[in-house]
Amino acid sequence: MEVTGVGLTQLPIALAPFRGEAQSPQRISAIVQADLERSGQFRSIDAAGAALDEVSRPDMAQWRQKSADSLVTGSITRLADGRYDIRFRLWDVVRAQDLGGQSFVVSQGDLRLVAHRIADFVYEKLTGERGVFSTRIGYVTKAGGRYSLWVADADGENAQAALSSPEPIISPAWAPNGTQLAYVSFESRKPVVYVHDVASGRRRLIANFRGSNSAPAWSPDGRQLAVTLTRDGSSQLYTIDANGGEPRRLMQSSGIDTEPVFSGDGRTIYFVSDRGGAPQIYKVAASGGNAERVTFSGSYNISPSVSPDGRWLAYISRVGGAFKLHVMDLGTGAVSAITDTTADENPSFAPNSRLIVYATQQQGREALMTTTLDGKIKARLAGQGGDIREPDWGPYQKQ
Amino acid sequence: MKHLKRLSIALTVAALMAGCSTGVKLDDQAPVEDRSATTNAGANTGNTAQSGVAGVNLGQSDRDGGGPVGVSRTIYFDFDSYAIKSEYQSVLDAHARFIKAVPGRKVMLEGHTDDRGGREYNLALGQKRAEAVRRSLGLLGVSDGQMEAISYGKEKPAVQGSSEDARAQNRRVELSYR
Repeated sequence: MEVTGVGLTQLPIALAPFRGEAQSPQRISAIVQADLERSGQFRSIDAAGAALDEVSRPDMAQWRQKSADSLVTGSITRLADGRYDIRFRLWDVVRAQDLGGQSFVVSQGDLRLVAHRIADFVYEKLTGERGVFSTRIGYVTKAGGRYSLWVADADGENAQAALSSPEPIISPAWAPNGTQLAYVSFESRKPVVYVHDVASGRRRLIANFRGSNSAPAWSPDGRQLAVTLTRDGSSQLYTIDANGGEPRRLMQSSGIDTEPVFSGDGRTIYFVSDRGGAPQIYKVAASGGNAERVTFSGSYNISPSVSPDGRWLAYISRVGGAFKLHVMDLGTGAVSAITDTTADENPSFAPNSRLIVYATQQQGREALMTTTLDGKIKARLAGQGGDIREPDWGPYQKQ
Repeated sequence: MKHLKRLSIALTVAALMAGCSTGVKLDDQAPVEDRSATTNAGANTGNTAQSGVAGVNLGQSDRDGGGPVGVSRTIYFDFDSYAIKSEYQSVLDAHARFIKAVPGRKVMLEGHTDDRGGREYNLALGQKRAEAVRRSLGLLGVSDGQMEAISYGKEKPAVQGSSEDARAQNRRVELSYR
């Protein structure tokens, strides 16, 4: 993972190597450090060579001299049954205060998850907001004529294939409970919408009507999905019960309505429509009614994503011949373009509304990036070989 | 050979019945099999339940059958256009005759776009092209039950690349007999 950019105010933090991590399968301190840097809110202070663990009493004067405000120490120990015991402590260096710690006992497969939990603890203690490092991201790759749907950690690592198909897969969308993905699969040689339980691999067809079925979006309570269907001619929005059943048409419009997405409070659906002649983003009450236009500049605005706190709208706008990620402050309507790439696609907000994951192209290859909302800190996520696209950031995981 | 065919029909029926047992009401027009035959539930040992993922592997789907002999099965469109050019009238006439000749015959009208723009929006644009062909065939007397307009958007380009020539070959509707 590469992180680029410099944020304005970043908390200086030192991550001492965890005692025992040189012999362990994962370098816990390095994973925590990369998480914190990717958030844009932290700057790492070199702690190489420090011999500390969670029971050490660090020499605060020494860390103050290195201009660290905080320090994390810890250890990892392999137990007799093959599992690992991981412990850590967070120190406020300036006040010489113990800010608390935690311990975990997990199998090898969950060591990265533990590192992300530690990063979440540090992030929340020091910023006052919940961290998103232990969440998961879904995305799609295309390699050697096969399409795969992956579930990975929020840093792109630890990817596991949920589905592999000879036909395209697009538009994955996490259910609010974080255990299911809805997506569009072309496996029956037409687009249909499935809901897929990722732990068991069990799949249910949720929309397989005449014509094309696409663009699934969950309501925040997980009870219904908004989808685009063409059963009545052109692409129109419907809501459908998450357990299946008869779809309800949301509006009647001439032309295309698609890419629905619910606001965090579930009351509003943002979507794309060409009812004004060119694709623009509109919003409508989740119960239907009159739509209101949201984007006014540019002649091609698509792929809306609303931040869970309701303050921001991320979308793709065509500028000249380039497709660029934009962020709108929904309070003021102010818009900014936050990338210097030209083929951005499909933004999706982190559950704390502080980061966006999106697909783009770098040196002619597809890539997944995260960015802060001001565009200042960007990170390229680790990923599988081949083309990589269609990211969707999952919800907070149950602790 | 005959024996094999009967076996494959039996398998398909079994798969459809398995699909129905999920309790999800499917559209009667185009049932889709759930091919989740190979779930690697045990493949992720070493992971606890909270981060484990069971992978599903899908096999190759069936391929196309014929269409009228010597007649093109592809209709190309201009940039940002959903209108069928007059030069394709004879192609559509031939397909309309072919479809109407056998009442059980069914054609899928698959819309495609070039590589510019978003995946979902292109899916809607490809649908618009497929709908244009559906309406034309309807005017030629083809019944709605014998055709279905769907879209692949930009997901299945006929030609790779972003040249003007590649894009022109990708803006199309393919008539696919199944």
